[in-house]
Amino acid sequence: MSIILDHINYIYGEDTTTPVHALKDICLQIQDGEFVGIIGHTGSGKSTLMQHLNGLVRATGGHIYYNGEDIYDRDYDMKKLRSKVGLVFQYPEHQLFEIDVFSDVCFGPKNLGLDRKETELRAYDALRKVGLPNELFYQSPFELSGGQKRRVAIAGVLAMKPEVLILDEPTAGLDPKGRDEILQQVKKLQTETGMTILLVSHSMEDVAEYVDRIIVMNDGSVLLEGAPRDVFSHYEELEAVGLAAPQVTYILNEFRKNGLDVDTSAITIGEAAQEIARALHR
Amino acid sequence: MLRDITLGQYYSTESLIHKLDPRVKLWGTCFYIISLFCFKNFVGYLVAMLFLALVIRLSKVPFRFMVKGMKSIVFLLLITVGFNLFLTPGTPVVSLWKLKITWEGIVLASTMALRLSLLIISSSVMTLTTTPNNLTDGMEKMMGPLKLFKLPVHEVAMMMSIALRFIPILLEETDKIMKAQIARGADFESGNLFKRAKAMVPLLVPLFISAFRRANDLAMAMEARCYRGGEGRTKMKPLIYKKQDYLAYAGLLIYFVVSVALGRMTF
Repeated sequence: MSIILDHINYIYGEDTTTPVHALKDICLQIQDGEFVGIIGHTGSGKSTLMQHLNGLVRATGGHIYYNGEDIYDRDYDMKKLRSKVGLVFQYPEHQLFEIDVFSDVCFGPKNLGLDRKETELRAYDALRKVGLPNELFYQSPFELSGGQKRRVAIAGVLAMKPEVLILDEPTAGLDPKGRDEILQQVKKLQTETGMTILLVSHSMEDVAEYVDRIIVMNDGSVLLEGAPRDVFSHYEELEAVGLAAPQVTYILNEFRKNGLDVDTSAITIGEAAQEIARALHR
Repeated sequence: MLRDITLGQYYSTESLIHKLDPRVKLWGTCFYIISLFCFKNFVGYLVAMLFLALVIRLSKVPFRFMVKGMKSIVFLLLITVGFNLFLTPGTPVVSLWKLKITWEGIVLASTMALRLSLLIISSSVMTLTTTPNNLTDGMEKMMGPLKLFKLPVHEVAMMMSIALRFIPILLEETDKIMKAQIARGADFESGNLFKRAKAMVPLLVPLFISAFRRANDLAMAMEARCYRGGEGRTKMKPLIYKKQDYLAYAGLLIYFVVSVALGRMTF
């Protein structure tokens, strides 16, 4: 059970005078239950790549295998794939349309052809999972705050019970508190349900703490791939493509350059503080 | 998904026609269309066709783009030709059961078809070679005298350019919302008419909301920059006639006189 991308190429507007090679020969494998962060600059192709995973965009070359089946096979059921690979778009609150929160979340499972009881059960379950308080269930989604709207939108996808959840910049435009809450909820989701999660972001700080693996995209191809610590050790390379490692990486490297013997692999502020304290006390 | 919809289908290239002042192109199209309705014989149409061919050649726009505009009127064209062909009284050429094709019918049908095609292609040439913004600028300037009749010319032009500017933005937005709803299992393509109309709700509601939000933001941004309408407002790139524009007007005048003179002659 995994997603395999085999030499994926995607070219925008192939028949126009200015074709854009958005994805260049991408080969990736995503394991079950993994929490993967996909990092890249605006226009690096990360969102386009994510839209390939549930068949919304069709690659101009290459194959995608979901659980061993080629999704470009003629008799492959795309609708089923879309229920298995849930995709939460950027600013997902812009897709809300129903008169109340609960019916909006019901939209997804209803489209799967489930009966009313199952639909409502799933919607309720999904709203609980994203931590939305009960008293908001029957309010208009347009009256909620930005962070709450986003939770509703994420619940809308969760209610389809996907095996893989893709979140495209789920924290864009949220304040630090809202950002941390959403990321913690997502992490909890992964550890509790064993769901595979792909988190797209342009901020290293966002993902460093939570993910098992980072994939760095640049200009349509995969630049770096590996555990956060390994990826951040290439911080100079990251900088060259306009990305940045977490600030603690810079501080620790600066300490090291100035003669303090610290391990530079810490990724959270807590870890870094401990590491500095340890080095100073020695 | 929605990329094949083209409105204000500007074809970007460098050519003499592209560089002309939009007013020249607007007046040109106007007079060209007027000339089409003055002709009484085929010589006039021949001159008109040659002139249009020359303009298309100068514009460097591939001919297939012109024909694209024709697709929308194929139906209208067929009806016009059909009615004129069968229902014009005169000397019969062929008669099929109760339907008669007359000599006059053939002449009338073919002039109608020619006239309609040239009309569409000539206006396509204008929209293909002029950016929407340029076009509204030109219109604003041309409608200037109407200000005397208290017509809000600047405001109308501003509304038009904003509307045109928003078309691609809203198309992109539609594409995004559509994808997001498809990812939630929405189906926009199957089912009967009623079902499909109902399926549009999850697309239209968010789209309207975002359009209103954008309009609100834009109004706020304009106000923040002290926009107060057209009174006393100057342009960064004012439209000024150049030598090539006067030459184009001259060419147009020659065409108009020659084609109408030839077109109204009786042989």
